[in-house]
Amino acid sequence: MSSPVNAPAQDWQKFLARKSFIELSAQDRATALLDAGSGRVILGPFDRLKSPWLPQQGIVAQADDGVVLVRGTIDRQPAVVAAIESDFQGGSMGEVAGAKIAGALEMTLADHRKGIPTRPVILFETGGVRLQEANLGLAVIAEIHAAIVALRPHVPVVGVIAGMVGCFGGMSLAASLCSHLVATKQARLGMNGPEVIEQEAGIQELDASDKRTIWSLIGGEQRFAIGQVDALVEDDADAIAAAVRAAFAAGVPATPRSARVDEYLAKLAAFDPTQAPDPKALRAAWGKGA
Amino acid sequence: MSTTASSDSRGRAWLNALTGGAGVPASGKNSVLYVDAPLGADTARFIAVVPDPDNRFPRARKGEVGLEQGWTLARLVRDTIAADTDGHRRPIVAVVDVTSQAYGKREEMLGIHLACAAAADAYAQARLAGHPVIALLVGKCMSGAFLAHGYQANRLVALDDPGVLVHAMGKQAAARITRRPVSELDEMGDKIPPMSYDIRNYAKLGMLHALISGVTAAAPTPADAGKVAAVLADAVADVRASGRRDLSNRLASPQAQQLRAASIEVRRRLAEQWHAAV
Repeated sequence: MSSPVNAPAQDWQKFLARKSFIELSAQDRATALLDAGSGRVILGPFDRLKSPWLPQQGIVAQADDGVVLVRGTIDRQPAVVAAIESDFQGGSMGEVAGAKIAGALEMTLADHRKGIPTRPVILFETGGVRLQEANLGLAVIAEIHAAIVALRPHVPVVGVIAGMVGCFGGMSLAASLCSHLVATKQARLGMNGPEVIEQEAGIQELDASDKRTIWSLIGGEQRFAIGQVDALVEDDADAIAAAVRAAFAAGVPATPRSARVDEYLAKLAAFDPTQAPDPKALRAAWGKGA
Repeated sequence: MSTTASSDSRGRAWLNALTGGAGVPASGKNSVLYVDAPLGADTARFIAVVPDPDNRFPRARKGEVGLEQGWTLARLVRDTIAADTDGHRRPIVAVVDVTSQAYGKREEMLGIHLACAAAADAYAQARLAGHPVIALLVGKCMSGAFLAHGYQANRLVALDDPGVLVHAMGKQAAARITRRPVSELDEMGDKIPPMSYDIRNYAKLGMLHALISGVTAAAPTPADAGKVAAVLADAVADVRASGRRDLSNRLASPQAQQLRAASIEVRRRLAEQWHAAV
């Protein structure tokens, strides 16, 4: 089993046997995290909850506004998965899309107050606010933040960033408010997209076409290495489902990441902004076991 | 004590005008100021993010919410919660004039998303603990910076002034990304309220507790400050009377019933379908 000749062959077979999570639709991604056969879509296409704002701007609306909500069970406990479909408007948050996520989290909180232990999962594939619905996008994102914070003492709120869009803008705050964050190497997590930084701060600050630098700064592997993501997994539906189940089994963390204020103020105080940003050095300084 | 003149920042001007004092740097950071001052029968904590031309992070010198500002706001707001152990929860007023989040390579690498989340988290914790949290919109209330500083408040109060802007992205950048001229964005904002930068169009969305006109937003007089303080005190009383610690009042106004009908309908259908599905 452990012979050096067989090991790569096993990896190769494992690679072939894996079911890519990234290649699945939002609905299939959500379903893959739930116990087999338990998934039921709510607020589906037949509810026709479309964006009221896109058609006014000559853009065709979609019947689910790019967010799929699936109810079901995770390890036989009631659950809800909110999956963002990046194929529609880049996974951007419009009024309806965001209200579906915020509302699902609000319903989950109501369940917990009644003693129903519903497990919430959010699949982030989003550039943030949908600019065609600007201020309502921002407003619903604030409501998502409020709902995550209110829910977090009751049950882990589990976020997944799989790729390929990544998670940006106000939704990067939502991901960071989650109790537990799962990512793949293909994921990116950052507040400002590289193009936006290049536009706002100039190409000398960041060259958006320099993909290698960008992945080294905000890629899933780096975020895991510096402790801003809790689990790094392969792009495999079973592996991601296992990581989500493990997060719920571990329970509510004592101090969520966004509440580790003194730790981060000390880390920032020790950082020298006059030095060129060095992701490898940051791993050494902030990484696990550092 | 900060020595910079108030003219560089509406946030600083209103912080001074409302409290009669100069802001104290929080955790020694000149970009995050606070003052404890009377508001109605209470003593409230007023908080502003202000420009700091000497900030050691170059991308956060003009009033942006950067790494230090986000985490410092979180420390300050959490300290406020921890200090009120006698049962009385003091009001917190976030004076909002924030140009943007800080855009930079260092900021992304170190996790500005997490810094802004930490600030939003702290404000939400204060609200949930029973502090009436009021956001006073006096200048730019942009995107991630507003999410970090102000948007978790129980009530939003704004000055009716062309310099008060709420939006998800600066106008020039939004024009580039949506491939529209700036003039078209302005025109569109008048027809489609969520697209607008104008505070009067924002008011149509129904999320403001009050829109205050007749004050000099850029250089408040003592009379202006008195007028605004009265509205803030009313907002605090409204929060306490409601007994609610969530953001549900943002969907309760007559304007929200109209323009946020979709948000309300989503929640109605969720309540219908939630239990039937499992």
